[in-house]
Amino acid sequence: MSAFDAAVGRDGPNHVGRAQGSPDIQHSAKHAAYALASKRIIAGYGFWIFLLSDIVMFSAFFAAYAVLVDATAGGPSGRELFDLGNVSIETACLLLSSFTCGLAGIGARTRNGFWFHGAMAATFILGAAFLGIEIREFMGMIALGAGPTRSAFLSAFFTLVGCHGLHVAIGLLWLLTMMAQVFAKGYRPDILRRLLCFSLFWHALDIIWVGLFTMVYLMGVTQ
Amino acid sequence: MSHAEQDEDSHYVDTAPGDESLDGYEAAEEIRTYLIGLGLATLLTLVSFFITRTALVWEPSIPVALAVLAIAQMGVHLVFFLHITTGPDNVNNVLALAFGVLIVLLVIVGSLWIMAHMNHNMMPIDQIMQMQS
Repeated sequence: MSAFDAAVGRDGPNHVGRAQGSPDIQHSAKHAAYALASKRIIAGYGFWIFLLSDIVMFSAFFAAYAVLVDATAGGPSGRELFDLGNVSIETACLLLSSFTCGLAGIGARTRNGFWFHGAMAATFILGAAFLGIEIREFMGMIALGAGPTRSAFLSAFFTLVGCHGLHVAIGLLWLLTMMAQVFAKGYRPDILRRLLCFSLFWHALDIIWVGLFTMVYLMGVTQ
Repeated sequence: MSHAEQDEDSHYVDTAPGDESLDGYEAAEEIRTYLIGLGLATLLTLVSFFITRTALVWEPSIPVALAVLAIAQMGVHLVFFLHITTGPDNVNNVLALAFGVLIVLLVIVGSLWIMAHMNHNMMPIDQIMQMQS
């Protein structure tokens, strides 16, 4: 029988393995390590499913945007409003922050505090820069009279991009929490599981941004 | 966990999404993975931004090219940053992802398809106004 089986229990509600074998469950000290490892798998897998459901929610906003993109009600269109210079800086910030977030994960695995906190701080600065540029862009559009109430196109735009920005803001708060928890409690297995979930969340935000800058900004400027 | 203990059953062990494979962990190797991912993602992003500004590409093909580049970049992120692989330890992660992608495609393509047909079949707005008056 597989070690994974012994750790989780064959018929437990959290059974995510495909293992088969004799059903005897050993409760030896040897398997304590496996129990921790499998909890990490379960937490990561559960969070993965949450992220996929989050992406499904985003797909509804993407669909609404794609349907309403031409419904400008005589107001400004994306071609007049979008500044690709801003968007390229935002994209660079988010891509680099995804990279530094990965480095922070390596820092945590190798128990290198300097590396971990440095990479997390870099991730925070890049994420905050992204959010600052986005808020400035929104304020500029609202000042031009192109706020979310102007047309169906702008309602869909602010909902979609704003929802992503909200996720980034929540991610930044989570990032600070993780830095504080590692600082105060060290690299405990439960803290490392939260870190795994955080890095999944942060990478997923970057994946959504790839769809977003392509469909909203680049296609909006070319069409 | 030691490699020898795992060997026999490693076929049945799962890996959490975002985790490296369980056997053998090298920080230098993982940094290399992230660097390759960063390089590929940067390249694809630069090409995306480039083809929107250049006249080199046949214009009607640009939206399709952008979509292909975006999907490629999402793939790069999944493989190099989220460590989703086709290995036996990743079957659950890939199946969940495949289901997510199916729903995303149904929602987006279905919405566009239906709404395009409704727009196509709707009477022009000035004719509706005439009927009401």
